[in-house]
Amino acid sequence: MMLGKTAGGLFWMCRYLERSANNARLIEAGSRMTMTRSSAADSEWESVLSAANVKAMYLGKNDAIQRASVIDFLLRDRENPSSVMSVVEAARSNARLVRVALTREVWEAVNDTWMRLKDALARPVSDADLPNVLELIRQQSAQVRGALHGTMLRNDIFNFCRVGTFIERADNVARILDVKYFVLLPSVSMVGSSIDNFQWEAILRSAAAERSFAWLNKESGPRAIAEFLILDQRLPRSIAFCYTNIARNLGYLEEGYGESRPSRAMCDETLARLTRTDVETIFDGGLHEFIQWILQANNALGLQIEQDYRFYA
Amino acid sequence: MSNDKPPFDEMFGTGEGPRDPYKTYHQWFEGEDNARLRRKTEEAEQAFRRTGITFNVYGREEANERLIPFDIVPHILSNREWQKLSEGIEQRVRALNAFLHDIYHRQEILKAGRIPAHMIANNEAYLPKMIGVEPPGSVYTHIVGTDIVRTGEDEFFVLEDNARTPSGVSYMLENRETMFEMFPELFIQNQVQPVSTYPKRLRRSLAACAPPACNGKPVIAVLTPGIHNSAYFEHAFLADEMGAELVEGHDLRVIDGRVAMRTTQGYTPVDVLYRRVDDAFLDPLNFNPESMLGVPGILDVYRAGGITIANAPGTGISDDKAIYSYMPDIVEFYTGEKAKLPNVPTWRCSEPDSLAYVLDNLADLVVKEVHGSGGYGMLVGPAASRKEIADFRAKLKAKPDGYIAQPTLALSTVPIFTNKGLAPRHVDLRPFILVSPNGIDITPGGLTRVALKKGSLVVNSSQGGGTKDTWVLES
Repeated sequence: MMLGKTAGGLFWMCRYLERSANNARLIEAGSRMTMTRSSAADSEWESVLSAANVKAMYLGKNDAIQRASVIDFLLRDRENPSSVMSVVEAARSNARLVRVALTREVWEAVNDTWMRLKDALARPVSDADLPNVLELIRQQSAQVRGALHGTMLRNDIFNFCRVGTFIERADNVARILDVKYFVLLPSVSMVGSSIDNFQWEAILRSAAAERSFAWLNKESGPRAIAEFLILDQRLPRSIAFCYTNIARNLGYLEEGYGESRPSRAMCDETLARLTRTDVETIFDGGLHEFIQWILQANNALGLQIEQDYRFYA
Repeated sequence: MSNDKPPFDEMFGTGEGPRDPYKTYHQWFEGEDNARLRRKTEEAEQAFRRTGITFNVYGREEANERLIPFDIVPHILSNREWQKLSEGIEQRVRALNAFLHDIYHRQEILKAGRIPAHMIANNEAYLPKMIGVEPPGSVYTHIVGTDIVRTGEDEFFVLEDNARTPSGVSYMLENRETMFEMFPELFIQNQVQPVSTYPKRLRRSLAACAPPACNGKPVIAVLTPGIHNSAYFEHAFLADEMGAELVEGHDLRVIDGRVAMRTTQGYTPVDVLYRRVDDAFLDPLNFNPESMLGVPGILDVYRAGGITIANAPGTGISDDKAIYSYMPDIVEFYTGEKAKLPNVPTWRCSEPDSLAYVLDNLADLVVKEVHGSGGYGMLVGPAASRKEIADFRAKLKAKPDGYIAQPTLALSTVPIFTNKGLAPRHVDLRPFILVSPNGIDITPGGLTRVALKKGSLVVNSSQGGGTKDTWVLES
């Protein structure tokens, strides 16, 4: 038994932590694009803003899309609730709220992350420092994950952490695909051009999947990339992998509590569609439409979990 | 009592070598390298930051999470000194509970004329809604933090009783853990009585006060105002160490005559609520209607025996600074014995003769607000400027019954570690006392607060004070 508020705090703590690492990856992929290509750099940063779901907010504050101000907005801006600094602060706030449910190791890892990033992001990050800062964000996220896996009991507390992590991850990966889906569509003029190759690599990089993709796939190409990121159960950032894990953890919660909840059925439905389909079917029905459906289903699932487990009064 | 002779130093006493309890420690200290100790001090600070032992300071946007400075030199008491202290504290806490029961029932002490009736009737801390209510196990003050000051080898005084929701116990525990980590060798050389059993003792003590409605193992929860409260770390820490739930008002609701908490599996009744929320905010239906921190209707459940609230509502009447001056009478009235631990002499400014004396001697006195706490709103005469004294005089004249005055005691000192080595600083001590139907349980140790500024007598953490580990030796 645990407080509904605590379940919600754990769920959100893990969502925010996942988001901080994903934001760092988006920035990294964007930086690589602008380092390797001279033209169309601004449109690249525009899609980074869209993938982070903060484009409208950015444009409300800034006149133009410029590399330095985009990076600052994504890393440090406290008015941007999804900036790395904002989400790390929110993660720590949630960790304080659920302090009683965390091991000392997990709490200290989250607190340490907050302290280090507060220092690292106290001032605008220079181009020279950017790789170090992004590396720090990744390392801190690995440290928290390590503490979670290494020290937490495998009970409802852990399950809410996992569900939060995978809902957020599925959302982030779907958003990257949503912004870039047009690059993956077959088009006459650009097939095989170097521009496409850069774009594809950026997509994989944003999902931390470029190495494993190269390892597993001899042939590159839009279909293979979409298949990998959406359907491949071996990739820990694929949407299918996320859903297998959400389903498993919701199942553990139901078993532990001895009651079934609507969220489990919702999750199973999405997972079934992901397992039954293949990449051809997805492209035939429209990649964009498929991704839109995932984003909506994922969002609805989050809300249902919130209700099922009484996060709020 | 006078400022002429130098204050009593607990390490060096009259100056001929260290006093007995400090001998082993002092020998160790002499053999240490100052540079190593400085490094250790920095390590301790980092450890506190990492574990998040911070407190929030009201009204400071920046740096709103601050560390309370920790000093590495322990405050040491011999077992003999501790026995003497704990006997006095036990007597006093027993009297506090008897007083509370009496004042909310037959009011014998008023009938006997030992305390003027208006002291109670006109006191904001007195809750008429508690009249005739029998708290589970007849316990009012489940947790007390008695503030003790010392002026000489055998001169101890009670400065405050803190019978509402005393804080600081997490520092007693974490300071010891930090010392264990930094200087394990000290605990091999000195036989120090453990404090780490406190959370278990607290749990046991609270469980022993379960309400009539409880069936089975009592469910205990800690009620916090939330993560922005200055003592939130402590609330989370205690819940964690006790294995209790940490709840806020919005997690609780009255259902079928019980107070229940919202869990992932529905609402579950709470038996004992260790609340760290003030009386006024506990129940918007019965007290402050604006409160967002409490539980509507909890007082009605309490009165019907559906929940234990620790400490009981209305205990503030017993640690009120105006009532404090009557404590020697209260102890005598309920225990039939003279108080073993004396009060600090206190002038009640509500009495014309006392007020006249206080106004004539402001520069030598400490004047406190009757309802104040945390060192806010008080005047330390000898440290105040002329203008501060003049301003305070006006406030005092306008509302004399809002104040009491005490002499500036020559508080004892214990050295702290500075860049130049040991330097004496004033301290006080807050032991933590648990009360249940099974008896009064005092953990050997407490929170030692230390004024870090040379000569300063203000030890409150909100005013720049620090803390020390407190050792009670086995012998």
